[in-house]
Amino acid sequence: MKVLAAMSGGVDSAVAAARAVEAGHDVVGVHLALSRMPGTLRTGSRGCCTIEDSSDAWRACDKLGIPFYVWDFSDRFSEDVVEDFISEYEAGRTPNPCMRCNEKIKFAALLEKALALGFDAVCTGHYAKVIRDQDGNPELHRAADWAKDQSYVLGVLTHQQLEHCMFPLAETPSKAQVRAEAAERGLTVANKPDSHDICFIPDGDTRGWLAERIEMKPGVIVDQDGNELGEHPGAQAFTVGQRKGLRLGRPAADGKPRFVLEIRPKDNKVIVGPEALLAVDELRGIRVSWAGLPITEVAAGARFDCMVQVRAHGDPVAAVAHVERTEHGIPVLVTRLLEPMRGVAPGQTMVIYQGSRVLGQATIDSARSTAWDPAKVS
Amino acid sequence: MNNTPVYLDHAATTDINRAALAVLSEQMTRTGNPSSLHGAGRQANRVVDDARGQIARAAGAHPSEVVFTSGGTESDNLALKGLYWNRRAANPQTRLILLSGMEHHAVLDTAEWLQAHEGAELCWMPVDADGVLDLHSAMALIDEHAERIALVTLMWANNEVGSVQPVPALAEYAAGYGIPLHTDAVQAFTSVPTDFATSQAATMAISAHKIGGPVGIGALLVRRDIVLTPVQHGGGHERKLRSGTLNAALAAGFGIAAQEASGHREAESSRLGALRDRAVAAIAELIPEAVLNGPADPGGTGKRLPGNLHYTFPGCEGDSLLFVLDMLGIHSSTGSACTAGVPQPSHVLLAMGRDARTARSVQRFTFGHSTSDADVDKLLEALPEAYARAKKAGMAADESSIRTAGTGFTR
Repeated sequence: MKVLAAMSGGVDSAVAAARAVEAGHDVVGVHLALSRMPGTLRTGSRGCCTIEDSSDAWRACDKLGIPFYVWDFSDRFSEDVVEDFISEYEAGRTPNPCMRCNEKIKFAALLEKALALGFDAVCTGHYAKVIRDQDGNPELHRAADWAKDQSYVLGVLTHQQLEHCMFPLAETPSKAQVRAEAAERGLTVANKPDSHDICFIPDGDTRGWLAERIEMKPGVIVDQDGNELGEHPGAQAFTVGQRKGLRLGRPAADGKPRFVLEIRPKDNKVIVGPEALLAVDELRGIRVSWAGLPITEVAAGARFDCMVQVRAHGDPVAAVAHVERTEHGIPVLVTRLLEPMRGVAPGQTMVIYQGSRVLGQATIDSARSTAWDPAKVS
Repeated sequence: MNNTPVYLDHAATTDINRAALAVLSEQMTRTGNPSSLHGAGRQANRVVDDARGQIARAAGAHPSEVVFTSGGTESDNLALKGLYWNRRAANPQTRLILLSGMEHHAVLDTAEWLQAHEGAELCWMPVDADGVLDLHSAMALIDEHAERIALVTLMWANNEVGSVQPVPALAEYAAGYGIPLHTDAVQAFTSVPTDFATSQAATMAISAHKIGGPVGIGALLVRRDIVLTPVQHGGGHERKLRSGTLNAALAAGFGIAAQEASGHREAESSRLGALRDRAVAAIAELIPEAVLNGPADPGGTGKRLPGNLHYTFPGCEGDSLLFVLDMLGIHSSTGSACTAGVPQPSHVLLAMGRDARTARSVQRFTFGHSTSDADVDKLLEALPEAYARAKKAGMAADESSIRTAGTGFTR
């Protein structure tokens, strides 16, 4: 196969590309330039699209004896990932930009260009597995190493996208093994630190970064019964489940700490309450997609058992799911959790699993607790 | 198609001349600092002086006007900073630098640095849609600002679109006001006539590796009556303009390359011009929508570098076409890339009035002394399909046919 290896400059994608080469594929390495200001230098373990990352990727390709190119997707990235990130926060939601990047950039814009240029697949260093059912249809599964598993951030991929994905690290028992393999292959990135956080917020200060881009307006903080407790500098500065930094003068009647339960950017209101009310047991998700073919219960509208995961390394929770349709026929994924979850914010993605298999995902539109009715807060 | 790569990027760098390689290798084995006073030093100095003479003859300059540097970029830096500082020291009011928007980055970035840090003001001379200086407008700018102009700088030929500029005419006009003109002749030298003595330019930058010499050496030709403030201080080498131990081996290679390339210039230019004209005619047939950038030059009118082809291929990103051609073993160029390797829209095309999209859809093919008829055949054979494929990828960037989670849904 003709394979395009997306090379971040990190150790995972370098080893993934090496394995693709070894498997006999015709591999070309491509580093994606995503920043509007390429050429910045890397600081610590954060950031991407720096000179070092680009040249690390280059050196890895050189070592593997494959061609290397830098392709510029900065405009698309800015529009589909960065702007989207800002507008989601503006709307009081908590987005996952890495998922959006996988959905719109790596496995859409890049894949599209790759296919047009004659490639068959895009290869990345994600820890996840694509396996084929008896009819050859792709299924997405967790990686062998569940601790390192990244199937969550790939849960957004569709059947068509999975058809062209290659994840050579699928069966790797651990990250340490990938580093050892990189060292053995003479790749200079063997000991390069992992990247953390959001690549376009190099100092890791998401709140500060957002504050420069979103207009913050002071508003009120109310409790779960609608009683005004104090003021806030801007609702977007808060996140569901947050405890610190509320700066409320009065303690709660029971003396226990209060947590952010909900953010309402429309009314510029932050609702706080006791920890118990953070627990939700029903999630409703929009923008539903299926990672491969949907299971038969989906089309039938039947209920099915699954595990629900709402963040990249969050613990999955058992649930019963079904798909409803809005009056316009748009699917809504409803999951009833068998044990409650805490601190789930609209905008987060719920990925649903059966065993190791990713069934699909949806963007959480509402996270409800049967113990508390948000309608009480007017 | 056999697997030998077809190298069509001679404007970036070209194969080393065999005779140049021979003297370079030979001199590399010898010890001797050209500044030393003993026998070994005198031997090295003789090699440098011979090379200086060869370069002077090739460029139409006097040997004492040849100041060796590390290459074109350093020569441009020395000329711009040296002329600016010297002129400003003589009269603090002369701070204006006249330049075109299509200069090489070695000139552009140096001028912008002088603007940001040394109080220079930049005045842009307009270029036309073919990438040729608008001489009358430039002359009018000189008339208007003469008293404040520190220097004028104009490349002899553009590295991207190959347009040859009216350097002697502008230099003569500027000289009438006593204003020095620097010309970056890195692309033009030994390709079109560039006689330093008759050009009336004050300084002229040239580079070895563009003409079959080694990488790492170039020269700034500095007219004997011109005083420059040095950029690099030290042992006072090269008329005290450029301190640093001279590399006799590189100089020897440069000298031979200059002698050979200038000796064969007319024959080689007409050979390359004919190859280019054949390619232009064929591409017009094969890909009618492709637009040749820069002056048309059928039969060799002297308006364009003979070995330069530069096209806009509508609807395709330059880097996609470069990729497809590279995979087919054809080496071409899109213009400049940033340090991280990201292709940038061509500032030359922008200066010629094209929009950013057009400036990203370009491809340059440049011929040199190793370019053969067969190379051009291979290019012509590969180009139509490569373009079709790159165009498909270009459109992919605009409207995706990949079904994503968000397809069909709006928030």
